Parts: sequence; structure tokens; C-alpha cells
Amino acid sequence: MAAGEPRRVGYLYVLPALAVYGLFLLFPLLHSGWLSLFDWDGLSPGTWAGLDNYVELATEEGAAAAFGHVAVLVLFFAVLPVCIGLVLATVLHRTRVRGLPFFRTALFLPQVVAMVVVAVAWQRIFAPDGVLNAVLGTPGHAWLGDESTALLAVGVVGTWVQTGLAMVLFLGGIGKISGDLFDAVRMDGAGPVREFRTVILPSLRPEIGVALTLTVIAALRTFDLVYMMTPQGGPGGSTTVPAYEIYQRAFHGGQVGSAAAMGVTITLLAFAVTFVITRISGGERR
Amino acid sequence: MRVSTAERAGTYVILGVFTVFALYPMVAILVTALRSEVAGQGGIHWENFATAWTQARFGSYLLNSVLVSVCVVALSLVLSVLAAYAFGTMRFRGSGVLFYLVLLGLTVPAEAVVVPLYFDLRDLGLTNTYASLIFPQVAQSVAFGVFWLRTYFRSTSRGIVEAARLDGAGHWQTLWRILVPMGRPAMVTLAVLVFMWTWNEFLLARVMVTGEELRTAPLGLQFFSGPATTTVPLLAAASVLVALPVVVLYLFLQRHFIRGMVDGSVKG
Repeated sequence: MAAGEPRRVGYLYVLPALAVYGLFLLFPLLHSGWLSLFDWDGLSPGTWAGLDNYVELATEEGAAAAFGHVAVLVLFFAVLPVCIGLVLATVLHRTRVRGLPFFRTALFLPQVVAMVVVAVAWQRIFAPDGVLNAVLGTPGHAWLGDESTALLAVGVVGTWVQTGLAMVLFLGGIGKISGDLFDAVRMDGAGPVREFRTVILPSLRPEIGVALTLTVIAALRTFDLVYMMTPQGGPGGSTTVPAYEIYQRAFHGGQVGSAAAMGVTITLLAFAVTFVITRISGGERR
Repeated sequence: MRVSTAERAGTYVILGVFTVFALYPMVAILVTALRSEVAGQGGIHWENFATAWTQARFGSYLLNSVLVSVCVVALSLVLSVLAAYAFGTMRFRGSGVLFYLVLLGLTVPAEAVVVPLYFDLRDLGLTNTYASLIFPQVAQSVAFGVFWLRTYFRSTSRGIVEAARLDGAGHWQTLWRILVPMGRPAMVTLAVLVFMWTWNEFLLARVMVTGEELRTAPLGLQFFSGPATTTVPLLAAASVLVALPVVVLYLFLQRHFIRGMVDGSVKG
């Protein structure tokens, strides 16, 4: 934990990493800010637009829809997985479950599979002849092809992906809670619900914060799923999301400036989310 | 901890339901991959994998993915070790600011930088090259790697470092002969996560690669999913091929995956 000794040579050690980081991440980030101030189609010379692209994002329907869809996805990617993760971690903690490693491995598995593959797997489930219709007794319904259900279908997949992460985070957090605390509330005759409310929930604040940060940002970044599962942003544009709009505008719509402005906006949102959640959940993770 | 039988049963029911929810899509795609391409024909059809491998060129897509992933992992590890060593054990002017500058990269969504990146690399004639797939990914991985390994270097005991110095080892030898071998678990975790992120990356490949020869496995799968000639079992077989390397690695090294995701990741 010592602060380390003074060494000029430190600069040489950090230089290679900083060079790659600067050239391929930091510079493009700044460049994004610069591009967002122009009207540019990617080919001909651009024209200065000032903040017009941002004003347009705030007023234009397509952009508003994309951000609205992300707000819905946050519910599925973040809120639901955190709630389910809390339930799973709590019941797992109370009962000594046989085969816990198996359950943990299985529930976390969706985190490691490529989204493109996840999309293919779930497309089959949502297909008109898929298993969901068989289970629900709604033969022939195209969940991804129906304007009113496409976004919800994508959302369910988000819940599927993120729940294991939340659960594992919470299991780790509960493991760190002192056993005395549990003994104390039990002496008071508390049942599982009060135990959850008075011990687990308050102690897990940092982990809940981390889980929310990770999953909200994942929702904000959704691209592969939407792009693969609902081509063209879904029926009637019902599943467009900012990342999809960025890709579409920059590489197919000839609106590079607008795409860059959208990129800057989601970067700022990601920063804001991280900052706010870290603040509320009680500072740095332990 | 004593709980009632009813509560025990309830626990297994809840766990069971969510485990089925988590596993079903994976199992279903595996089963589909083994089905006959001709509807109604039973039996197990391993040849779907061979067909996807050759006919859909997944052999070459997987090779590209291996090449890109190995390069990204190797480069990210070396660069992160060097930088994290300095940030963790040395003091130099501006080190704090530089470190936070790197941390910034943990929160920047790749979606936001991919647009300028494309135009910058296009101007340099670098789009549609391995470099365009490797370096941007290294840049993002390094942000996490420096963060992850700095924690390790800070936790190493100063006593060991000082003992090494008394034995006449310089900072370079101390790093490679002592601290890196000792830090194997931290390095493995980093390598595993970077491999997974690189292997699964889609958007970067979608933007940078225009030709067919450089397609990575996930990108290949996207193109393969389009044509009307692709049958469902073939698409499923191809999906299994794309997912398999990471899933196998996960099953063997799940501790490293889970610890890495849980302890450090702000990346998602």
C-alpha cells in the first residue's frame, strides 16, 4: 500500500498503453465532439452546424423514439434483473443449496455468449412457430414482427442476459455481511421478509449500485440484439435505440454529424448514470 | 442455518425456474443444430457443423476471430502490465491525472467512438485491415487492464520488491521475474475477459470490415443469417460454432470470469 518510490522511468512504462489508448479511444472521443458540430455526409466537405445537431436530437421524432425505447429497455436490462437477482441471492443465502456451483454457473452463462448468438437463439423462441407461442397458446404470433411486442421481446432477452450477473454480484455481497447481524434479527424473531428489509437490502447498497450501473449502461449500449433480432429497427421503427441510430445515421443515412451528436449524448448519459448511481449507493465499491 | 422444509422446497423451485430460463435458449439452439435440414427427418445430424464450417466459410471466420483475439489479448496484457506496474508502484508527476484519464475509458461506450474511428482509419487507409479490428479493441481493453492490474500491483508487498532490489534486480527484472509470475491469477482473469470481449465484439467488426475475407465469427453469423438459402439447423450449427470457444473457456475458467466481471468490470 506504499505510495511507491519516485521514478521518472514510470513515464516510459505508461507510454505504450497511453499511446494506443490516446490514438484509438481518447482522440476518437474528442473527434466525435468535433464532428457533432458539423453537417457532414462522410464524403463531401462538411459545413459548420454549431449546436444544430443537438437541437435536432432534442426535437426530432426519430431520436426521441430511440431514447424512449432505451428507457423501456432499462426496465428490462436493469430493474428486473436487479429485483430477480435480489430474490435469488436471498433465498440462496437462507438455504444451504446442494449444487450451488452448478446453479451459479448456469445462471451466469448468458453473460458470456455473444449477443449475435443470443439473438439467433431467441429469434427461434419468438418465431411464429416457436416455443413461446406453443406455451402461451397463441399460434402464429410473430413477437418480433409485431409493433406492439417487438421491443418487449428484446427486453425479455435483456433480462435473460443480465439476471445472472446481478445474482452473482449480490451473492458476493451477502457473503461479506457479518453473521452476527443475521443472528441479531433472528433473535428478534424476524422472518425472511424483515431480514431482507433490515439486513440484506441496506448491506447490499454498494452491490446494487454496481449492478445498476453495469446494466443501465448495457441497456444504453444495446446494438447487436436489436440489429440482429429486429432488422431495420423493428416494425415501424418500434425497436430503434441510440446505438442503432448512430450506426444507421453515420453509415447509411449520410448524417455523420447527427450520429456523432448522438454518440456524445450517450457518452454523457453513461457518465451521468455512473456518477449518480455511485453517489446514491454510497460511494466507491468496497 | 435452519429453514423449514417448505422454504427449502420453495428455494429449489425458484432456482429451478430461473435455471431453466437461463439454460433453455442455449440447449434449444444446440438441439436445433443437430436436427435434420429436411423437415420431419429424425436422428442426430452432426454434419450440420461440417456444412456450416465449409459451405458458410466459418472455418475462415473463426480463424480471423482467433487471430484478432490472440493479438488483442497479448497486446492488452503487455501494455496493461507495463502501465499498471508504473501506476501501482511508482510515483511520477501527473500519474494521478493520467490514471484517471485511462479510467475514463471504462465508461465511454464503444458505440460513441466507432463513428470517428471509422473515418480516421479510412483516411489512413486502415479500414478493412486486421489493425482496424485489433487496435481499437486494445485501447478499450487497456483501460480495464490498467485499472484491474494496478490493484494487483498495489497489493503486492513492498518487502518482496525491496528484497529483489537488494539482490540487485532492477525495476524491469522485478516486474517480469517476480511480480508478473506472482500475479498469474490476476493476469489470467484479465486475459479471459479480454478474450471474451474481443471474441464477442460485433459493432466494431461490422463497421471496419467491408470485404468477406476479414469477417470475424459474429460478423460472419450476421451475414449467414440473412440469405434465404440458410436453413434453421445450419444457422443454429453456425451459432454454436461461434459461441463454443468462449463457453468452453467459461466452463473451465468460470471462477476467473465471474471474479473479473464482479470485482472490476465497469464495462458490461
